[in-house]
Amino acid sequence: MGRGGAALAHSGIARAMTGRFTFVHAAIALLIALFLLVFLAIPVFTVIYVAFTNADGSLTLSHFQSFFHLTLMRESFYNSLVVGGMSVAVSSVFALPLAYFISRFQFRGAILIQTLGVLPLIMPPFVGATAMQLLFGRSGSLNLILGDWFGINLPIMEGLNAVIWVEALHYFPFILLNLTVALNNIDRAMEESAQNLGASGFRLFRRIVFPLAMPGYMAGAALVFLKVFDDVATPLVLNVTNILAAQAYLRITSIGIDDPIGYVASVIMVAASVFALWGSTLVMRGKEYATLQRGGSTLATQRLKPWQAAIAYGWIVFVLLLVLSPHIGLLLLSFSRIWSFTVIPEAYTLQNYVTVFRESSFMLWNSALYCGIAAGLDVLIGTAIAYLMLRTRLPGRQTLDFIATSAVAIPGVVLGIGFLRTFRDFSVPLADVPLVSFWLIIAFAYTVRRLPYALRSCVASLQQVHVSMEEAAQTLGAGGRRTVTRIVVPLMAGGILAGFVTSFLTAAVELSATIMLVSATSDAPVSYGIYLYMQSIAGRGPGAALGVIAVTLVALGTYVSYRVLHSRNLRFEAHQAMK
Amino acid sequence: MARVRVEFHDIALAFGRTQVLRDIDLVIEPGEFFALLGPSGSGKSTLLRVIAGFAFPQSGRVLVDGQDISRIPPWERNIGMVFQNYALWPHMTVWQNVAFGLEERKLSRAEIERRTADALDLVGLRGLAARRPSQLSGGQQQRIALARTIAIEPKVLLLDEPLSNLDAKLRIHMRTELLALQRKLGVTTIFVTHDQEEALSIADRVAVLDQGVIQQVGTPLELYDSPANHFIATFVGTINLLRGSLETADGGTVFRGETLGTIGIPSAEASIGPAEIAIRPHAIQLAAPGKAPDGARSWLDGTVTDREFLGEFVRYSVKVGTTELVVDQPHYMGEPGFAPGARVKVGINPAQVKLLRA
Repeated sequence: MGRGGAALAHSGIARAMTGRFTFVHAAIALLIALFLLVFLAIPVFTVIYVAFTNADGSLTLSHFQSFFHLTLMRESFYNSLVVGGMSVAVSSVFALPLAYFISRFQFRGAILIQTLGVLPLIMPPFVGATAMQLLFGRSGSLNLILGDWFGINLPIMEGLNAVIWVEALHYFPFILLNLTVALNNIDRAMEESAQNLGASGFRLFRRIVFPLAMPGYMAGAALVFLKVFDDVATPLVLNVTNILAAQAYLRITSIGIDDPIGYVASVIMVAASVFALWGSTLVMRGKEYATLQRGGSTLATQRLKPWQAAIAYGWIVFVLLLVLSPHIGLLLLSFSRIWSFTVIPEAYTLQNYVTVFRESSFMLWNSALYCGIAAGLDVLIGTAIAYLMLRTRLPGRQTLDFIATSAVAIPGVVLGIGFLRTFRDFSVPLADVPLVSFWLIIAFAYTVRRLPYALRSCVASLQQVHVSMEEAAQTLGAGGRRTVTRIVVPLMAGGILAGFVTSFLTAAVELSATIMLVSATSDAPVSYGIYLYMQSIAGRGPGAALGVIAVTLVALGTYVSYRVLHSRNLRFEAHQAMK
Repeated sequence: MARVRVEFHDIALAFGRTQVLRDIDLVIEPGEFFALLGPSGSGKSTLLRVIAGFAFPQSGRVLVDGQDISRIPPWERNIGMVFQNYALWPHMTVWQNVAFGLEERKLSRAEIERRTADALDLVGLRGLAARRPSQLSGGQQQRIALARTIAIEPKVLLLDEPLSNLDAKLRIHMRTELLALQRKLGVTTIFVTHDQEEALSIADRVAVLDQGVIQQVGTPLELYDSPANHFIATFVGTINLLRGSLETADGGTVFRGETLGTIGIPSAEASIGPAEIAIRPHAIQLAAPGKAPDGARSWLDGTVTDREFLGEFVRYSVKVGTTELVVDQPHYMGEPGFAPGARVKVGINPAQVKLLRA
């Protein structure tokens, strides 16, 4: 049997194999559907419903009219688009040359990519924003030096520039990583045939290589846009309130849960997110990227000539310094007694850390609890959906996947508003606590928000488990449940663990939904604590200290899980090779 | 181990609109080493999966040891299967892999230990028990997969393309080993293969499938010497198939090829009319034009168009009329054979001509 024949026959076999589902499958699917309905679908549709109806329930567009009548709202709408678009543009300026160097030239890029890749994970932009103000602001370190030496002042941290600068520095790795993966997947023959026809150098890259890597770039760009659009905390910390996310938050928290303008802003944010996702897939539609199914070797890399090496390493060092600047700034800030109008702090102290441990160590436990619940639920639901999708023919399994995945398009503020509105009349069963001020709600918001990533991780790992692994167990006497627990879950363990860690760590730095849902300081997680501290000048030091602690813990967690995953890889080589 | 009979009665199976198996009627005798042979997409693997319980016929019955197994789930059938990719679990050691089925049967710890060790001994890999599958060579993985299956003492042993992932040399070694093991255990064994040489060399009997239909069931000798139809003739071994008609001549029946000439056929077994005959390449003899021909053969005039030197023999393409014949001639030292362009006499022995249904 030829390879093609084998694959063909097997797809037929897989279809027959998955032709069934049991009562247990259906029950699990129903439970998940119920969870997604209550904590994702209903809140989001409530927000949309409120934006389009009068108090008496009749349909109306009047809220949208009043929204666009307000100068501030028009301005916020425009600003949000500008910040989103410019962040993608600035990110591309950082990412494209790096991706070019990595794919074209021989140098030690692997460690660099890994470093850059985890940075946005371990520190969200709002944490470093204050430090960035102190480094790049009007009277920050850079401008103090530039003013002394050249008498100039760069408006890097003025108004929207500040948001764009901070966001781009944090999120350009998403473009870099996706683009690098795409470039590595291009068959070398594509490039060689272009060279054979006379193309070379940068022209070859621009005309052949980059267009082939376009899907990777678009995926990364869409992700950056979504992240920036979603981010409410960074603008607030930087004192920029005239953008949509900030307005949605401010309207609801200051005017009230019934103010329709906040809902209109939310609907526009959801629409923009959906549009960005849809647009990034639309751009690629109708184009054939058959070459991405990689047959031969990857692109050829060249040795760097000395002047090229100088440029490449120069750029890398420059970008690394920029990327690390918020971390360095945060560290300095956390140890500073006073830092104002000087290049570096004038006086150092450990007092900030003492303050944090005295006042706020409970926040670490809150974060651990919420994120633990969220990540646990995420991998549980993710594994279940993956199994239903790939191993049964249960009706509606695709819909389940679609709904769970659609959470990527829902900004955290919107989900938070949806929760507040939907659950406002409910209390916690058996306790006289309103549901909206119950801490578990925060954990559920995290669960929904991080589910898409955990789900993809689970699906990918189950896809790598050949069906014959399970069939072999069945011929040897293991029933459905025994096969799942003894074979399927252990083989998926790597993906499940990766999904858990990603969910946990990204939930730990979530603030967009958190900011809406924290009702008492005693329920606050670390992310909210940092935000609270950063609100006042006096709180900057302790806020930075808490930030350093959080970043350190997250970095440690990332490192440890990376090592664990790496050590597991060995075991799976055989079964990878078998496919 | 138990020796049981496996019977298929009127099996039909379709995936959606694609008919994969039809009218499968087949009896596999107790203790037989039985091959399912066919090209890709012929349904042979699906038939194997029907026995294991992973494919479900729309109609028909499968009997194992006289019992209808259609409604029994795979894990209660006690039918062992060795998968094409071995399906060894990478998260378990060799020992854990082999012990798995015994553990699922809730046997006592001592029993599990004994039978796991026995199974590993049987394939000669007791020493590798602590390894992970990824640390084994392809041949070792295959033996472990076999040990894992044998350990549960299955009623029937199913092998899905068991040798296809091995390199050529190992494949020939493993197939003798497989046969020896089967003979020792006596378990009814069904194996699927697309390699006709493999099927013919070790199976007691072979069923050849094409497009979901069993074309012929028989011993390797029967398949080779008496192909039931055109498909079997072309699929099993190399063969010359010639179209023409049967005519009466000189009081007997002869075959007249459309572009070939007249060939004698085995004594009057056929009726006059259109016909197809099959001749194996090695059953044709070539001779230099001047040599005195062997009177028992039909001799035709041909021209060598091409030759391939294969060591034990030389494979010639010979043009007779407008028909190309494949002719194998044994090679001996000092014999140069015929060069392309040489005119030759082509001798066909009527006893080696097989008449197919036209």
